Amino acid sequence: MNAVLHTFFSPFNFRVALPNVWAGFQVNLKLMVVAEILVLILALAIAVVRGLPGRGAAPFRALAIVYTDFFRGTPLILVAFLVGFGFPALSLGFISTRSNFTYGVVALTLVYTAYVTEVYRAGIESVHPSQRMAARSLGLSYWQSMRHVVLPQAVRRVVPPLLNDFIGLQKDTALVTVIGVGEAAYQAQAYSQNYANFTSYVVAAVFFVLLTIPLARFTDHLILHRERRERAAAT
Amino acid sequence: MSFVSVQNISKCFGENQVLTDVCLDVDEHNVVCLIGASGSGKSTLLRCLNLLEKVDQGEISVDGQLLTNGKVDVNALRRKIGIVFQAYNLFPHMTVLENVTLAPRKARGMSGGAARERAYELLRRIGLEDKADDFPDRLSGGQQQRVAIVRALAMEPKLMLLDEITSALDPQLVSEVLNLVRELAESGMTMILATHEMSFAREVADKVCFLDAGRILEEGPPAQIFSDPREPRTRAFLSRVIEAGRL
Repeated sequence: MNAVLHTFFSPFNFRVALPNVWAGFQVNLKLMVVAEILVLILALAIAVVRGLPGRGAAPFRALAIVYTDFFRGTPLILVAFLVGFGFPALSLGFISTRSNFTYGVVALTLVYTAYVTEVYRAGIESVHPSQRMAARSLGLSYWQSMRHVVLPQAVRRVVPPLLNDFIGLQKDTALVTVIGVGEAAYQAQAYSQNYANFTSYVVAAVFFVLLTIPLARFTDHLILHRERRERAAAT
Repeated sequence: MSFVSVQNISKCFGENQVLTDVCLDVDEHNVVCLIGASGSGKSTLLRCLNLLEKVDQGEISVDGQLLTNGKVDVNALRRKIGIVFQAYNLFPHMTVLENVTLAPRKARGMSGGAARERAYELLRRIGLEDKADDFPDRLSGGQQQRVAIVRALAMEPKLMLLDEITSALDPQLVSEVLNLVRELAESGMTMILATHEMSFAREVADKVCFLDAGRILEEGPPAQIFSDPREPRTRAFLSRVIEAGRL
């Protein structure tokens, strides 16, 4: 018992590891924010492309499908290796000379954009066709109908599943430690190797949990709120 | 040529022939009512008129413009033709005012101020000015449908298509919507209505067309259609309507 307490929950090690792990966690926060913003924008664009009508758009639709299929099916850690070690090996000037942080953002964005594209797509498809028809019949163009009528309703509906994916993304920022991004897990590992104590990992875990809990509660709140509203509208 | 001219149009949905050889002429400032059982093609005919559906054969022209040669600017055409649906189809994420001003601002390039002014004027006309900032789900069905009509009117259309606009309403809410349509008719709006409100059709229509299985079986002035229909099928349809107490 004492061994467990000492190995994982040593107050002394907690205090000593804290500053370094906190510094690392700030890198996680940056990874999250940058990746989340990119994911929100790119996923929306790809979801819209997937829904384009007409035969002319078929190649674009196909491309979007291939992209989402591939990156939803590939483990993030493999994408991180491919980007973080593969891109520098290409010796391709700009692409090959970015920082590990940038490669981390790229890997996270590639994978999570694929997930979030599907979330958006479900939202777009959940908007009743009569809404689009009403917009078009008023003389609005395809894009105007999309922009002002379909997407605002679609995005509103998918906020809870979107936030769930973001909780996943926040935790997965720790995975890019494998390509040498100096984030919380990286710092925790460095500490544990130097001092033969694993409390530093618990410190990192505490940071992640403290960040995730409010977001999870907020998501629950949104879902509950929506259910209440829908029940009220149905009566 | 008539304001709306439909010549020998046909339309299939897969195997299902919904319109067969339909001809229809509507003069400016006239009101035409399409009657007939559900599935007889009334809604499809209306949707063909603003190109929500493409016809397989035949020609349609509105206001001297041929619609069926594939060269027409669909969006420009729809700005001239308002359509109102059975299910209102208001935009639930926008207030009443935003519903009414969206198309004038985006499709006609009106300034926000001018569009709002016009919307308030229209809402005042239907007595819903105080609902301008409410969302549609706060309104009764009759109020929502009147807003839908006003939303179409805000584009200053030359032709209004009304597709069974009272069919989804509670009976006590029907009259407020019909009163608005009556006002429109009196103001000289050219309108084509698909409707099950026979007494209303009799009152406002200049011409009534009876559709049966995708054909216009009989057309004429309302007095003749309702009192002295020639076709046995028209007679059978109307007697069923009378039985149901709807005429």
